[in-house]
Amino acid sequence: MSDQDTGECREVTINYFDGTSRVATIVDREVPYPDGKLIVSRTDSKGIITHANQAFVDMSGYTRDELIGVNHYILRHPDMPAVAFAGLWETIEAGKKWHGYVKNLRKDGSYYWVKATVIPNIRNGKLVGYTSVRRKPSRSKIKESEELYATLM
Amino acid sequence: MAYNLTVSPDFAPDHISGWYFFNTWLQRQLDVGVHLELYDCFEQQREDIRNNKVDLIYANPYDASMLVREMGFRAIARPQARPDETVIAVHVDSPINTVEELQAGITVATTDDPDVHTMGMIMLEPADLDGSNVTTKEVDTYVIVAKNLLKGEADVGFFLKDAFDELSDLIKNQMKVLVSSQISVVHHSLLVGPTMQEFIPRLEERLFSMHKDEKGKGVLQSMNLEAWEPMSEEETEFMIDLIDTLVIE
Repeated sequence: MSDQDTGECREVTINYFDGTSRVATIVDREVPYPDGKLIVSRTDSKGIITHANQAFVDMSGYTRDELIGVNHYILRHPDMPAVAFAGLWETIEAGKKWHGYVKNLRKDGSYYWVKATVIPNIRNGKLVGYTSVRRKPSRSKIKESEELYATLM
Repeated sequence: MAYNLTVSPDFAPDHISGWYFFNTWLQRQLDVGVHLELYDCFEQQREDIRNNKVDLIYANPYDASMLVREMGFRAIARPQARPDETVIAVHVDSPINTVEELQAGITVATTDDPDVHTMGMIMLEPADLDGSNVTTKEVDTYVIVAKNLLKGEADVGFFLKDAFDELSDLIKNQMKVLVSSQISVVHHSLLVGPTMQEFIPRLEERLFSMHKDEKGKGVLQSMNLEAWEPMSEEETEFMIDLIDTLVIE
């Protein structure tokens, strides 16, 4: 559990890069990342989810049907600075692998931290989408990321 | 002309004879000569792959990446219900009960199996451990990994889960599992090289019905496999993409 957890609820409007927004209930409660599991998802080239493994379904709190066909930003937590995702897209659109620590928002408003890696999927020389694999981060990296992201908001 | 079949060196030694039975079965099915070449280490095998000395291979997922993307191999089959998972274990008397309790400076006993080693190192990350602050002791087999733990010559050991499960109870009871991966989608596969592409239709037909006849079933059992399942090109690409995300740079 993070030092920042208060268990409090708040309503926050999350604005996405495509001009849309939603009001989400945010709960300051961390859900621990399960040992030994990888969260795996794939998207098309626009970030629309096309595949979600069981660990993704379990940790996100959504059903698989709710995840497939929606933009990956459904997981974006309001404590994550937009600049972090701008860096992600800049890297993967250049065809490179991106690594980073991400605070993800669950359907129930609580959150979980991941160490994420995203790579472009190239088939016959063409970009067809992206694969994202998330694994368990260390507490020290979570703390560093919390402090860093707070300065970028 | 005889073709060359080889097997990823991480198979359990108890099943060596199974691969020879499979080789005989294969020659009968395809009506061609196939020579089985087994290797003790990954590096020698990779060198022969690069020198085009391999036509058919039961490969671990890490090598599948090189075989498909650089050497033009095609994955056609995978063993049913046998994903590659990794176990991290310590001596049963160790005061450590979770990965997070491990400290910098530990010694890790591991093999040269690239998937297990990579996944093992990933599962140490929650303790802020990486190649810079652990000592890696590479040994030849999982039995020797276990012996290192039992003799106190290593603090933690990385095992292929199948190999861990096949250790004797006497050895297993002296160890404690800290974490076991649950990835499900990473597995070995049977890959056909460019020189044997013409055999793919017949190979697929025979492999996928192999478990249905007595002889085929016996061969599978001797390899500790239940059946072969088809593997599509996209499933292979997906697994390779996933492995790419895990490679520690």
